[in-house]
Amino acid sequence: MKHLKGINQKAARIEAYVQYEAAQARATELDVVALETPKPPHEEDGPHFPLGCSLVFFPGWEADQQGGTAGLCQPVERDLFDCHLSCFWPAHVPDQLNHSPDWTGNCASAQKDWRKLDLIFP
Amino acid sequence: MNPPVATASQPLALREFHAFEAHGARFLYMVPSAGIFRMDGPSVAILDALQLGPQGAESLIEELSSDYPLEQIVETIEELTEIRAIGDVNAPKQQVPNDLPPEGFPLTTMVLNVTNKCNLACTYCYEYGEDKIVDTKYGDAPKFMSEQTAEESVEFLLAESRGQEVAHLTFFGGETLLNFPVLQQTVAYARRRAAEEGKRIEFSLTTNATLLRPEIIEWLADNQIGVTISIDGPKEVQDGLRVFHNGKGTYDVVQPKIKELLRVHRTRPIGARVTLTQKNMDVLEIFRHLTEDMGFWEVGLAPVTTQDQRDYAITPEGKDSMLSQFEVLAQEWLQCALRDEHHGFSNVKDTLEEIHKGVSKAYGCGAGLGLMGVATDGDVALCHRFAGSPEHKIGSVTEGIDRDVQNKFLEDHHIASKTDCHTCWARPICSGGCYHEAHVQYGESSHANLHYCTWVRSWTHTCLEIYGALAEKNPKFLERFDA
Repeated sequence: MKHLKGINQKAARIEAYVQYEAAQARATELDVVALETPKPPHEEDGPHFPLGCSLVFFPGWEADQQGGTAGLCQPVERDLFDCHLSCFWPAHVPDQLNHSPDWTGNCASAQKDWRKLDLIFP
Repeated sequence: MNPPVATASQPLALREFHAFEAHGARFLYMVPSAGIFRMDGPSVAILDALQLGPQGAESLIEELSSDYPLEQIVETIEELTEIRAIGDVNAPKQQVPNDLPPEGFPLTTMVLNVTNKCNLACTYCYEYGEDKIVDTKYGDAPKFMSEQTAEESVEFLLAESRGQEVAHLTFFGGETLLNFPVLQQTVAYARRRAAEEGKRIEFSLTTNATLLRPEIIEWLADNQIGVTISIDGPKEVQDGLRVFHNGKGTYDVVQPKIKELLRVHRTRPIGARVTLTQKNMDVLEIFRHLTEDMGFWEVGLAPVTTQDQRDYAITPEGKDSMLSQFEVLAQEWLQCALRDEHHGFSNVKDTLEEIHKGVSKAYGCGAGLGLMGVATDGDVALCHRFAGSPEHKIGSVTEGIDRDVQNKFLEDHHIASKTDCHTCWARPICSGGCYHEAHVQYGESSHANLHYCTWVRSWTHTCLEIYGALAEKNPKFLERFDA
């Protein structure tokens, strides 16, 4: 801090915390990272686990972690909405901004209605 | 996963803090974190501007841009926001968190009431006087703690101090020295048992000094026992309320004994503990007498705990006079500290230590948690002032702490339950104050001590100013409080 000077011991701890928070905030700007060593600064506190995506070893489509089939990786509807919207590994979906704004119009609940999503023929 | 959406900035307003000045510098005492920050020009200007009412960052920048570069104003707004001195005008007030201490919190200090008999009959005594809560005269509890109970208490302390290397054992009464044989045996036993457990126990006791004899003084010195003497001041003051059962004053008896103690016992600093009443309010005279004439290293003064109708209860005017005399002594203390010299007014030192560390208390004191009192029969109570009271029992040295009772106590006495305190800036240090004081005043130990709020805030403010002055002029001195 430049304009406030911490005087007592608690102030020193507040300053340290504020610095840590600032570093955390900066680090979240580096949102997209590959699995790499050393870890990016915002992940020093724990391992990097991208959820449900192909960069980590998941048991796969054939068997789940228990060796059964109850918890398999999720099918196509997850690729469409999870990867497309929130993952750095983009699923290929139609261009909903320009050409096909209504592509998901019939699909209120992806898990139930995913069959209603159709192919697009430009 | 979506990035936070930028919103139009809300007006900024002041949040919770207490501002004070020392040597021309301005400081913020943050509430409830208890951090202290020194402000520079731009930060003072921003706070002064917001003092007039909430304002948007843009208009604040515009208002101050003739005095400070834009970059400095923006940085300062950011820093003041980070320490929560200012913030969004609509942001909800921070709630007082009601998290209880973690399980297994260690006991660090145990006060053993080795007897509930006393050879004096001080009118104001909270143990025997008009405000007593335990029937010390006709009650069932033994008059003296047995050697066995004292040893069981030591075992209890060693076990409950858990991972702590050092534990503190304080002997208390009644008049502590009436049970000198048990003191001797307990100290020897505690030393041996602590060594076996790889720990260390530090000892102290409080006495009225009437029973000090050369062999006792020698034992106290040899065993490095910290001694606090209960004494009220010069002869006319001491003989007013601190009297034997026949009404005779005690000054002439204790004076030579104390001088001898101070001469022989050099292994630990010896302090005086003064009870101030409406009948003895000359703080300055008392302090000078005890330090200069008697030779005490430290003197701590506390107003008597009693109900308002007693004739020795301090009146509101009396409290003002007491406070202004405390301030004189506090200024003397500061002048000494600026020259790296000792001054024996321990009230300042104690508060400054808390300010330096930045304590923000959930409880008025450690009673029932890090500190407990043991009655003569081995019952464990919140503290020595409640020892022997069935209503405030939280266990016994043989059966241990009743965790349900303890947790109930911790919930009821938490600052979160003292809503009156939630708007007070002094709550990090006061946290509602002494449970015994509250019990005597309101009949409820969990009540906040509202009758001395003004006094506590004035005193805390004075100590903050002293702290600020030292931070400006002799910051090295503050390192003494680092431990």
